[in-house]
Amino acid sequence: MPPSDHYDIIIAGAGQAGAQCAQSLRQGGFAGTIALLGEEPVGPYERPPLSKDYLGGKRDADRLLLRKPEFWAEKGIDLRTGCRITGVDAAARRVTLAGGSHLSYGHLVWATGGRPRPLPCSGADLRGVHAIRTIADIDGLKAEVAPGARAVIIGGGYIGLETAAVLRGMGMAVTVLEAQGRLLARVTSPPVSQFFLKLHQSHGVDVQLCAQVEALTGQGRVTGVRLVDGRELPADIVIVGVGIIPNVEPLAAAGLACPNGVQVDAFCRTSDPHILGIGDCARHPNPFAGSDIRLESVQNAIDQAKVAADTLLGRDRPYAALPWFWSDQYDVKMQSAGLALGQDTIMIRGEVGQAPFSVLYLRDSRLVAIDCINNPKDFMQAKALIAARRRLDTRRALDRETDLRAIALED
Amino acid sequence: MPKITFIDPDGQTHVLEADDGQSVMKVAVQNGVPGIEADCGGACACATCHVYVDPIWSAAAGNPGDEEKEMLTYTVDPQETSRLSCQIKVSAALDGIVIRIPASQH
Ligand SMILES: Cc1cc2nc3c(=O)[nH]c(=O)nc-3n(C[C@H](O)[C@H](O)[C@H](O)COP(=O)(O)OP(=O)(O)OC[C@H]3O[C@@H](n4cnc5c(N)ncnc54)[C@H](O)[C@@H]3O)c2cc1C
Ligand code: FES
Repeated sequence: MPPSDHYDIIIAGAGQAGAQCAQSLRQGGFAGTIALLGEEPVGPYERPPLSKDYLGGKRDADRLLLRKPEFWAEKGIDLRTGCRITGVDAAARRVTLAGGSHLSYGHLVWATGGRPRPLPCSGADLRGVHAIRTIADIDGLKAEVAPGARAVIIGGGYIGLETAAVLRGMGMAVTVLEAQGRLLARVTSPPVSQFFLKLHQSHGVDVQLCAQVEALTGQGRVTGVRLVDGRELPADIVIVGVGIIPNVEPLAAAGLACPNGVQVDAFCRTSDPHILGIGDCARHPNPFAGSDIRLESVQNAIDQAKVAADTLLGRDRPYAALPWFWSDQYDVKMQSAGLALGQDTIMIRGEVGQAPFSVLYLRDSRLVAIDCINNPKDFMQAKALIAARRRLDTRRALDRETDLRAIALED
Repeated sequence: MPKITFIDPDGQTHVLEADDGQSVMKVAVQNGVPGIEADCGGACACATCHVYVDPIWSAAAGNPGDEEKEMLTYTVDPQETSRLSCQIKVSAALDGIVIRIPASQH
């Protein structure tokens, strides 16, 4: 059969969320036609290893694939790689592809993730400046990694810090520049920030806090980073990890509400009855935040994809999955669950700086979130307690040897 | 290529060929075997790849590491031969292994 120009469901973006949605539709018995359209040259793959094992050369590209290449055809899913959607005509239910051709749809699932936010300063497009989002980004970076050379990483978030850890392991001299007064400021509490600061310093990373970048310098190729305070740091490569911009311009142009990502409801429906949104690009009501947020995590991509598939199958159920996340740096594994928002109390089980330990976030004695450092035991127990909004006997919470389960109260 | 037999939560059998060095989890997920979710992709961070190794294969599959053991303790229905399938590496020694997938990962 020649490729069709109509699909019952078109999924825009063949990443973690898009791939899961396609598979969940088939698992749920959907018998219509499905197209999975992705701009990248390869099929759906995992991004988390990009800043961990893949950059470190411990995993090959074909081991990043989420499914074996034949999987999609076997399930009757038309995967088209190297296929970029440039426009959406919501009234005609049609997408335009780069090159000008069109595909029409019954429903469109928007799962396009985000692209790295570029630095708003001069020199951002010099050679030797790298982002960390795709296999291609990492391949470009890897080709320039050299022991003894100097890497400056702009942005002290998880991706920047994971990259710092791997590059140290590869023998580079690494500087991390963070604009805020602490690392991971957007996602965790001061004690955890402090732990990661000490961890990176102990591995020889030069961490500069409150560092405002003025410009990247060099002729054709980057040679340095100039800070607002006048200092100039020499650099052989610069890595920019300052967040992403959700890829929703075609939807915004089609008139959909896109305040910061595409706005969806608890069933992943946008303001257009034939368009859904999932994953990194979807601003959704999150019961653990008590407000509308965007989450950039594998958990959110997978769980929203399942909710969207259920919506399309007519089995409406609201998105209510517990947010969780992990990060690997050196020999430290951090696992978090819940969202550390609106807590009134922070408690530390164990000693910061001496893994294993955990940081508990409580509101009215109820556990709302946890960060676990090399402490899978607390993580596993806390997940259930946070999801059930259980109260804890806080007098006993500080003793790391007591199981969290054992100090949960019957309300 | 070593063969792995998965028995999914519905009792259905999936016999799959695996590459040496791949994890047992990857073999299941890449082929779409139901019941193994593996949300973290093998980082030993999610415990949604929990399986029961057939007792006669338990020794060949090896014992869980410390971290893995702690995570297994708090899975839905841990048993003697529980493992996180992302932590079992395929090798010739596992040719023929039988893996049962629990009813729930959550
Ligand atoms: C380096 C790195 C490390 C990470 N580590 C972790 C971690 O440890 N734990 C964790 O939970 N999360 C981690 N994440 C986040 C996680 O990978 C993302 O949240 C997840 O991939 C989001 O899935 P998604 O499908 O929404 O977006 P993506 O996976 O980004 O997929 C979107 C796809 O859509 C394509 N696309 C975009 N626009 C178009 C268009 N117009 N037409 C066609 N295709 C288009 C893109 O090319 C992309 O392939 C990490 C991310 C990165 C980059
Ligand atoms: S895949 Fe997450 S722990 Fe095995």
